[in-house]
Amino acid sequence: MDFDLTEEQSMVQKMVRDFAQKEIVPTIKEQDRKQEMAPFVIPRMGELGILGACIPVRYGGQGMDYISLGLACEELEAVDTSLRVVLSVHTGLCALTLLQWGTEDQKQKYLNPLAKGELVGCGAFSEPGAGSDFANIVGSAKRDGDVYVLNGEKMWISLANVADIAVVTMRTNPHAEKLSRGLTTFLVDLHSPGVTRDDIHGKLGVRAGSTGWISFQDVRVPVENRIGEEGEGFKVTMSSFDNGRYTVAAGATGLIRASLEASVAYAKERKTFGKPISNHQMIQAKIARMSRDYEASRLLYLRAGTLKNQGIRNTRETSLAKWVATEASFNAASEAVQIHGGYGFSDEYNVERYLRNAKGAMIYEGSNEIQQLIQASYALGYRKDKPLRRELPAFDEEYWQEENL
Amino acid sequence: MNIVVCVKQVPDSAAKVVVEEGHITWGDAPLVINPWDEYAVEAALQKAKEHGGKVTALGLGKEEETEALKHALAMGCNEAIMISDPALVRIDNLAAAKAIAAAIRKMDEVDLVVFGKQAIDSDTGMMAAQVARLLGLPALTLVSAIPALDPDSKTIRVVRSIEEGKQVVEGKLPAVISVGKDYGEPRYPSFMGIRKAARATIPVWGLEDLGIEAPSPVVLWSEVMNPPVRDVTTEIIEGETPKEIAEKLADKIMAEKVI
Repeated sequence: MDFDLTEEQSMVQKMVRDFAQKEIVPTIKEQDRKQEMAPFVIPRMGELGILGACIPVRYGGQGMDYISLGLACEELEAVDTSLRVVLSVHTGLCALTLLQWGTEDQKQKYLNPLAKGELVGCGAFSEPGAGSDFANIVGSAKRDGDVYVLNGEKMWISLANVADIAVVTMRTNPHAEKLSRGLTTFLVDLHSPGVTRDDIHGKLGVRAGSTGWISFQDVRVPVENRIGEEGEGFKVTMSSFDNGRYTVAAGATGLIRASLEASVAYAKERKTFGKPISNHQMIQAKIARMSRDYEASRLLYLRAGTLKNQGIRNTRETSLAKWVATEASFNAASEAVQIHGGYGFSDEYNVERYLRNAKGAMIYEGSNEIQQLIQASYALGYRKDKPLRRELPAFDEEYWQEENL
Repeated sequence: MNIVVCVKQVPDSAAKVVVEEGHITWGDAPLVINPWDEYAVEAALQKAKEHGGKVTALGLGKEEETEALKHALAMGCNEAIMISDPALVRIDNLAAAKAIAAAIRKMDEVDLVVFGKQAIDSDTGMMAAQVARLLGLPALTLVSAIPALDPDSKTIRVVRSIEEGKQVVEGKLPAVISVGKDYGEPRYPSFMGIRKAARATIPVWGLEDLGIEAPSPVVLWSEVMNPPVRDVTTEIIEGETPKEIAEKLADKIMAEKVI
């Protein structure tokens, strides 16, 4: 595998970095304290094309590859996790799920405005009583003629309060032989009657982002908004996690880099015992571990991105990248706080925010315990990927960048 | 309108530039478009959009150092040209201005030449004036706004940000202008621009193409050295009251003959 970035990928990386540094850095601490996302963030990301970076031009996107998506995530989370979360749910869970599973009509109607940022999307899967144990969700969808009627509550949903549409998985068959076969996925207009939602405050991290709940009470969803077949919802959801987790892995890599850069700068500046603390071996050991973890995490997400570009199933590789990078990002941020000493414990520096933000990624998009079970089941031979009815399409530069004439 | 915007490739502003064994180095820091030139590209693109026409980005440097030109293309410039020749390595400002002026002469009827107000590496801020002089064109430097530009009557009115304040100046086209930060935030490269830039093959013009002899520099860098390291010590003045601290500080400043 060639991990050198192409000129295009490097330019995308720089463009997203410049945006995040120039437009987000000046206000992010204040937004984090206020526990609010700055209102301009998502529209601006849409205007710049970042929300549809890896969507084909014919569907309103920018025609870049999946590695560009990963690079964008790395750059965004190097500034703040809340920015990367936007890409994770809008692009990873919603837009890419439509690209993979959607009908041509669904793509024209929804993927196009999503890619342009005219609609904001999210993925609504977890429930108050079911997250890791996803097959046990209880939210229901009952067919009534040409519509499904949705009832239930989704919890810990990023962009719950700002999204226009959501990919939602509900139980359509409570009597299915296997629980996982009784689920179906829908694209739901969150402005529909019966939808109520709000943000959750008092989170440990990602405070500048919207995380909330969505309640569905007799919400009528047209049959044409079903994604995939009835009973296919578990597979649709798990494949959307392959994309969401990829963005989380790439983003966590950015958080490691931010922790490393902050630590290097501070360690060269701060003196103890008559010399910069960067000369002390115990500080050097921490820097070395961060540096190792950054490089390893980056290679793992680039490998997952390369497989996506090639159209090769990457559940195992993406899960590994997510597990390694998020665990390493928490450790890196924690050590960055340690290196900063008392100053790291206050919000005068960014590293305390990195630490608070890093914890969430060990829990969401499949907890790291779930990632370990996945890795073990592959290694033990208990799990083998079966071909899906619809795979995520391989990146084809010509097709991706061709206008739909 | 036919607009030329001159862009320079410089070490990233975060790079640590030092002298090692008599040579200037910035280590492995990336090369980027001179940040002032991004404002110049923005101004050029805005004027081209308002009046029609094209924007050509012009650079001078090593053939393979195309980052600045590609950045300009990704921002929306229509084409890019690199001036490169072994005889143009390590030249002074005036020699570079001669090469740039020759390249502009080679182009078809240029209406406006736009520079950033200075480059963050050499920081002379002279290039726009030198090129204007060589081309015999008016030099309107330190421009913060272009409230009027009429390609038909070939006139331009600009606002200059100078030490004394703002100055409104009118001139005839073609003209050379240099643009400062007040002009407005430069746009980011667009994804479409990035795709175009990545695929672009940038033509290279050597001295033979320009039809000039190797310009001989009038300024030679006979020796470069790092600035001397300053030995800084910090002393905390203590006292019971602010008045006491201030008095001690004042005495200290007088004793050290700072004032």
